[in-house]
Amino acid sequence: MTETPDSANAPIVARLRAWRPHAIADVQSFRGELTLYIPRTEIRRVGEFLAREPDLSFAYLSDITAVDRFPLEPRFDLNYHVLSIPRREALRLRVLLPGVSPGVESVVPVWPTANWHEREIFDLFGVHFEGHPDLRRLLMPENWEGHPLRKDYPVEGFR
Amino acid sequence: MTIVQTATGPTQTMVLNMGPQHPSTHGVLRVVLELDGETVVRADSDIGYLHTGIEKTAEALTYSQAITITDRIDYLAPLSNNLAYCLAVEKLLGIEVPKRAQYIRVLLTELTRIGSHLVWLGTHAIDLGAMSVFLYCFREREELLKLFEMVSGQRMMTSYFRIGGLALEPPVGWMDGIEKIVQAFPARFDEYEDLLTQNRIWQSRTRGVGILSAADAIALGVSGPSLRGSGVDYDVRKYFPYSSYEEFDFQVPVRAEGDCYARYMCRVAEMRESLKIVRQAMGKVPPEGPIRADAPGIVAPQRERMKTEMEALIYHFKIYTEGFAPPPGEVYQRIESPRGELGCYIASDGSPKPYRMKIRAPSFVNLQALPKLIEGRLIADAIACIGTLDIVLGEIDR
Repeated sequence: MTETPDSANAPIVARLRAWRPHAIADVQSFRGELTLYIPRTEIRRVGEFLAREPDLSFAYLSDITAVDRFPLEPRFDLNYHVLSIPRREALRLRVLLPGVSPGVESVVPVWPTANWHEREIFDLFGVHFEGHPDLRRLLMPENWEGHPLRKDYPVEGFR
Repeated sequence: MTIVQTATGPTQTMVLNMGPQHPSTHGVLRVVLELDGETVVRADSDIGYLHTGIEKTAEALTYSQAITITDRIDYLAPLSNNLAYCLAVEKLLGIEVPKRAQYIRVLLTELTRIGSHLVWLGTHAIDLGAMSVFLYCFREREELLKLFEMVSGQRMMTSYFRIGGLALEPPVGWMDGIEKIVQAFPARFDEYEDLLTQNRIWQSRTRGVGILSAADAIALGVSGPSLRGSGVDYDVRKYFPYSSYEEFDFQVPVRAEGDCYARYMCRVAEMRESLKIVRQAMGKVPPEGPIRADAPGIVAPQRERMKTEMEALIYHFKIYTEGFAPPPGEVYQRIESPRGELGCYIASDGSPKPYRMKIRAPSFVNLQALPKLIEGRLIADAIACIGTLDIVLGEIDR
C-alpha cells in the first residue's frame, strides 16, 4: 500500500469510500497528482458515480493511457484521466490488468470520448474492452498482426 | 449500404471515400461518407496514415533526445509540444525552471499559437473559397517563422526548450523583431475580419453549420476553441496554470452558438489575446538571467565552466553519455495548445529513458466529434466542419 495519511484523507477518497468501501484498492500521491487504484471489476461503476453525482461531475475524460510492464505482473496499467470542470479538479483512476487475456469493461457508456481511446489501446496493446460498440483497430491497418506498443514488440518492427 | 425512405420511395445510400489524399482533409485523413444524395447519412474516420510510432520511438531515446521528436507531433505548433513534454519531465524530476525561462517560454508559445491559428484560418478560408485570406495569413506567418529561426535556428521544428529551461540564450535584438510583430499584427487581423466576419458568403457557409452542443462536446472530450465555441470555458491556462500563466492578464473567448462561425470568432479573438500576452511577456522578461534550472545532474553546466572546472566536466560527460534518471513514478501534464488540451503522460521506471510517453492529442479526441457535426448535413458542410475542428494528423496518428 502506498497510501499515506495525506492521500487517504483527500476528500474525493473519503467520498468514494463512504459510497462504496471497496471502490478504491489503493491511493497514491506523487508530484501533486492523486492516483486512485480501482479494481478491474469496479471501474465502470466508479466512473458512473464520479461522472453523474451532481456535486462531483467528473464528466470530462481527458485520456486513457495504457502502460505495459512486461515481464512484471500485473502486466498492464490503464490510467483514466478524469476532470471535473465545475470543481476544477483532476484525478487519475488506475486499473491493473493481467498479461493473459487482459480485459476490462468499456466506459464508453459513461464517457463517450473513451471510444477512440479504447480502440487505440486495443490496437496497440491488445487489451479487450467488453461492451465497446465498435472495437477494431484504429491506427494500424485492419489486417495487422501483433500489438506494437507492447514491450515484447521490437521498436524497429518485424522484418 | 442502407435503404433510406424518401418522399418518392426507398433508395439506396452511396458510400463515398474522402481522402486520404484530399486538399481539404488537412492531412492524410480518410473519411468514409455514406450519402443519401448530397446528404451525409454516416461518416466514419479512418486514421493511421501518418502513424510513425513516435511513442514507441521515445522509449528508445533518452529524455533529452526525445525533445526532438516531440516537435513533429503537432507540427503546426512545435513549441507547444516541446513545452508539454519538458514540463512533464520537469514535474517528474521536481525541478524548478527560472522565471526568465518561463516568461520566454510563454512568449514563444503564444507566438506559436498565433502561427497555428494563421494556418488554420488560411486553410479553412481557402477550403470555403476565400482564397486571398490564405495568402495574407501566410504572409504574417512568415514573420513568425523568421523570428523562430532567429531565436532557435529553425523555422518550424525548433526543439528550443530543454529539460530545465531553454536551449540557447535568445540573440541580441530579438525583442525588436517581436516589437514589429506586436505593432503590425492587430491591423492585419482587422484585415482578415474585414474579409470574412461580415461577409455574407462566409456567414452562410459557417453560421448554423456543424453545431456541437456543450453537453456533446464535454461527453466527446472536445477541448480548445472547438469546446469554447460551444459555451464551455475550459482553458488549461486558466484552470491549471503552468509556466507562470497565472501572472498574465488575458481573456479566454467563449461563444454559445457552437457552430463553425462561433469557433471562427473564438480563434480570431484568441489571436488578439495572444498578442496581449506576448506584449506583457516582453515587459516581464528580465534582460539578463539564467535560462536553465540549477540542477547539476540534469542540466549541463555552462560551457566556459565545463572547459575549466573538473566537476563541471564530469557532470557534462555523465549527462551526455548516461543521461539523467528521474525517480520511478508517473505524471500527466496538460497544456493548452492551439487545438485544445495537449497532455503528456510520462511513466518512469528510474532509467534514463522514458518507460512510456503518451501524448494526449487534442485533434485525436476532437476528430471523434466529426460525425456529430456532419451527419444529416451536406458534403460541402463536411468540408467546413473538418476545417473548423482544426485537426493536425501528426498528433492524431503520432
